[in-house]
Amino acid sequence: MDHTALELIELGAVFFGLGLLGRLAEKIGLSPIPLYLLGGLAFGSGGLIPLTGIEDFTALASEVGVVLLLLLLGLEYSATELVTGLKKSWTAGLLDVVLNAAPGVAVALILDWGLVGALAMGGVTYISSSGIIAKVLGDLGRLGNRETPVVLSILVLEDLVMAVYLPILTAVLVGVSLVGGLTAVGISVAVVGVVLVVALRYGRVVSAIVDSPDREVFLLKVLGAALLVAGFASAMQVSAAVGAFLLGIAISGSTAENATKLLEPLRDLFAAVFFVVFGLNTDPAMIPPVLGWAVVLAVAGTITKLVTGWWAARRQGIGKLGRARAGAALVARGEFSIVIAGLAVASGGVDDRLAALATTYVLLMAVIGPIAARVVEPIARAVGARRTSEQPAMSP
Amino acid sequence: MNVDVTPLPGIGVRKDFAIRGGRRIGVVSHRDGRIELIVSKADDPDACLAEIPLTVDEASALANLLGAPQLVQQLSREHGDLPGVQTRGLPISSGSKYDGRTLGDTQLRTRTSVSVVAVMRAGQVHPSPSPDFTLTAGDVLIAVGTTEGLDAAVKILERG
Repeated sequence: MDHTALELIELGAVFFGLGLLGRLAEKIGLSPIPLYLLGGLAFGSGGLIPLTGIEDFTALASEVGVVLLLLLLGLEYSATELVTGLKKSWTAGLLDVVLNAAPGVAVALILDWGLVGALAMGGVTYISSSGIIAKVLGDLGRLGNRETPVVLSILVLEDLVMAVYLPILTAVLVGVSLVGGLTAVGISVAVVGVVLVVALRYGRVVSAIVDSPDREVFLLKVLGAALLVAGFASAMQVSAAVGAFLLGIAISGSTAENATKLLEPLRDLFAAVFFVVFGLNTDPAMIPPVLGWAVVLAVAGTITKLVTGWWAARRQGIGKLGRARAGAALVARGEFSIVIAGLAVASGGVDDRLAALATTYVLLMAVIGPIAARVVEPIARAVGARRTSEQPAMSP
Repeated sequence: MNVDVTPLPGIGVRKDFAIRGGRRIGVVSHRDGRIELIVSKADDPDACLAEIPLTVDEASALANLLGAPQLVQQLSREHGDLPGVQTRGLPISSGSKYDGRTLGDTQLRTRTSVSVVAVMRAGQVHPSPSPDFTLTAGDVLIAVGTTEGLDAAVKILERG
């Protein structure tokens, strides 16, 4: 068989297989991300069937996947929403960072992965999956609930934190000194500030550059601009993902909405490849030794998000059931934990086991998250009912 | 009435208010134009009993259903001291032959002596419509006239 034919067959089989996995995920009401990761684990190094010949394509496609994931994350919230979020709920955002990065940092330090490993793992356990959460809130009919703006404002802040965190992580990963690291922090905060100002003041100009009434022209311009910015960012050692993310923030208004609609299917396609490639590069044999730690992180990560949501919702005067719902909604981790782990692993500057631990953690959290959001209400009601029946004199 | 407008970053806007019974009622407007009717639970005001997706047509029909009787009532009160004069909301159903035609085409004034003082569309009041006002299904004509005239007008709008 000729070379191209074999590659096409392999690629077709991969996409078709992913389609079947996605369908299965939909049927059992799960996010497809864990299944894509498992699909990747099944092939590739140490897996069941090694895929050969299409590595060049899948490697580039997975890079495009990361660029699109971050571009759409940037497009999701407007600069105004980011600034309002920062003003109104920065305390909840701060608690979110401290509580949820702590388990990852602690485990990385216990396993002796160094400060770089700790920084990466902190990011992996911190960042919620806005994709999974938005879908779960919609599916469960909770968009009109009073705690939902609290959940969304925390996601908005996580978005902002990512804008500062990713440049720092990439700078540290290429091995800069402490002074260099601090410079990176300063530069990244300044860059994010500049991008926000540009987006607020001149968002229309940036949008006008990529905007077009013609769908085809618009798609090519947006995608082209994202890849250009990502490429230049990558050449300047700031990571392609960060560039795309900041471009996403700078594009605003109806242009951003149209771009989101147009790019979503492309994002889903390339992001699926990214998850598979991440799974491919993770040796399944490395998972059993870190499984215990992944479970510890999953339990800790569930509790810390519950506490974050509970606290943030209580501050807004939400009742106990609503607080529990807000906490449980935030539990899901997914695409961005893998993006962070992917950046860390690609640099080669962290322990090999990080990929395995991050994969296992996301496999657990992407499944636990939606389930937690579903079961929290019956559980909270049952607990509440038992409390009131134990202390009948206390309740009015 | 105090309507709370709450931004939902990445999704749209929630607009709702508390009704006398204590529940919240309102809509979630998505950025892409979809709209959902929301009603809060009685025992947990933070949560929603229902989130009902509505199309643009459905939302405007519902707005007319809720808004027209009130306008009719208000107008009735205003000329309550004029005996024999009544106000009524006359709906244009989707099967009506006047769906897509002008108010002038109905010749209501000539045939029944009824005056159309306003048209309710999508919850909005279009006052004093001119004869070239184009009617569409779902509109409610707010008409003033005698009982017999109004009855005749209903028949004309239904059967032509």
